Amino acid sequence: MSVISLQDVSVGYGSVAVQSRVSAQVGEREIFAIVGDSGSGKSTLLRAMIGLMPPQSGRVVFEGAPSFGVLFQNGALWSSMSVLENVMLPMDLHGEWPRAARPALARFKLALVGLAGSEERYPASLSGGMRKRAALARALALDPKVLFLDEPSAGLDPLASRRLDELVLSLRDGLGITVVLVTHELESLYRIADRMIFLDGEAHRPVALGVPAELARSAESRKVREFLSRASR
Amino acid sequence: METRLKPLRPQAGELVVAVPENGIDPSWLARPLAQLGLEEAGPYATVRVQPPASWRWGSADAAFFARLVAELQPPGRKLALQGLPPELDKLLALARGAAPSAAHRSAKPPGIRARLGVAALDTADEARAFVALLGEVILLLPRFLCARAKIRRAELVEVLAESSSRALAIVAVTNLLMGAILAFVGAVQLKTFGAGIYVANLVGIASVRELTPILTAIVLSGRTGASFAARIATMQGNEEVDALTALKVSAVEFLVLPRVVALGLLMPLLYAYGCAFALLGGLAVATPLLDLSATAYAAQTQLALKPVQFAIGGLKALVFGGLVALIGCHYGLRAARSAAGVGAATTSAVVAAIVGIIVLDAVFAVCANALKV
Repeated sequence: MSVISLQDVSVGYGSVAVQSRVSAQVGEREIFAIVGDSGSGKSTLLRAMIGLMPPQSGRVVFEGAPSFGVLFQNGALWSSMSVLENVMLPMDLHGEWPRAARPALARFKLALVGLAGSEERYPASLSGGMRKRAALARALALDPKVLFLDEPSAGLDPLASRRLDELVLSLRDGLGITVVLVTHELESLYRIADRMIFLDGEAHRPVALGVPAELARSAESRKVREFLSRASR
Repeated sequence: METRLKPLRPQAGELVVAVPENGIDPSWLARPLAQLGLEEAGPYATVRVQPPASWRWGSADAAFFARLVAELQPPGRKLALQGLPPELDKLLALARGAAPSAAHRSAKPPGIRARLGVAALDTADEARAFVALLGEVILLLPRFLCARAKIRRAELVEVLAESSSRALAIVAVTNLLMGAILAFVGAVQLKTFGAGIYVANLVGIASVRELTPILTAIVLSGRTGASFAARIATMQGNEEVDALTALKVSAVEFLVLPRVVALGLLMPLLYAYGCAFALLGGLAVATPLLDLSATAYAAQTQLALKPVQFAIGGLKALVFGGLVALIGCHYGLRAARSAAGVGAATTSAVVAAIVGIIVLDAVFAVCANALKV
């Protein structure tokens, strides 16, 4: 059953379409990657999926009421709040759970991402990897069904990137969530993605949809095959 | 001599380029091809390069051949370059791949009318967005008054502190000096008519009714309004505003509303505080200059100032406060997601707030005159 359905979605700025007629279904507990060359509209498509910009045409349909958390490219933690406050704020704003239970829940989410003990620290004092983890904890604050990750590995060293990937896999398995991620890190793509869609920045349309390893061998588009075969698997 | 300066030689449908011993002269890049020997514009299917024996080419050589290709290539056909070393040919292929489209090349810079039109449309768009923001804030005010608005108390307290206690010193100094200057100028002039005592009226009415609200608002626009714009613009760049929107929390409710309310509430208080310092500044200068006692000056001030003067000044302060906060937040929310965007938002917020304060003050003056107050 699909949790998210992209139905002929076109996205862009003004009258210029960055990607046209994107159609895909994201299944339950699936890790679905949006891949493409630089400027191909990966993040733009993600922004349309989470409602930050309207699609030029087509529809993004969630199964039931949309319930999602977002990890933005640089974390987007609110700098004036501590890590704990960052995770608690979505709960406070949405009135989720009794007020007294929120600190404990927020601490649990931080422990899940390996940040137990850093609750009172402020974003400026965290490393890049810790900031991403804190933002991930915030994205999980409201127990979303879907997690959107925009370039989760950007700015991280290979070890931190690998740890983040393992964390995403564990969260998917442990919490039963669906993950949609934008990435151009092929190592990360092969490690965690069940399926992917490749957005061609020159053709302004998707040119491949499927399992990464299979597409690397047999995608119709040569560009996709070349792109995917650059990773050392 | 002249023939040596012309390295381009059309020959039987092709163009021959004789590269000098030291490579292409960089000055050729800026000269029209006709001056380099291209007598007929073509079309040419082939450019044949005659390289020197030991050619150590550089970027000027590559740029020259890229220019030849860009200018001479017939539409829809490829111009063949023969005789180039393979490495240089590869380099040119890279440049060809990145060549701008024909439409882009032919786009002329917009003329003055087009630029004026774009500026007018941008201004209209800006004004429309500002009015929309104002409307949204007005619609949210009842939620705030019923304590149902999605705001963070700590944020509200921080904004209150930022706009009040930390602004006290600068508001005091500017108003004190403004009162003193008014008194000095008034005393010098009025003394000659034997009307020195009326300096108290001048300082009192001018400060309470006009200058203290304006000066305090201008100080706050440079201090607090700019800080609002910079803070929100930075949040915009860091995707913090997107993070709120993704949580289905209105950025206007969470970020703008507390700031507008805080500054709207604080400005009347800062106004009263500023008035006290302005009157004190007038007293401190006028009494020694005019040989007046402080009691006489204070009594004259009391006679001059009616409650309606304070009411007008206080109302102006409230409106100016809201305006400064709204403008700061407006430019912050519309800032480009870059460091330059933060700078531009801050500057625009201060300039627009100062202009807005003066314009609104003029509106107040017209209304007060019409109402005969």
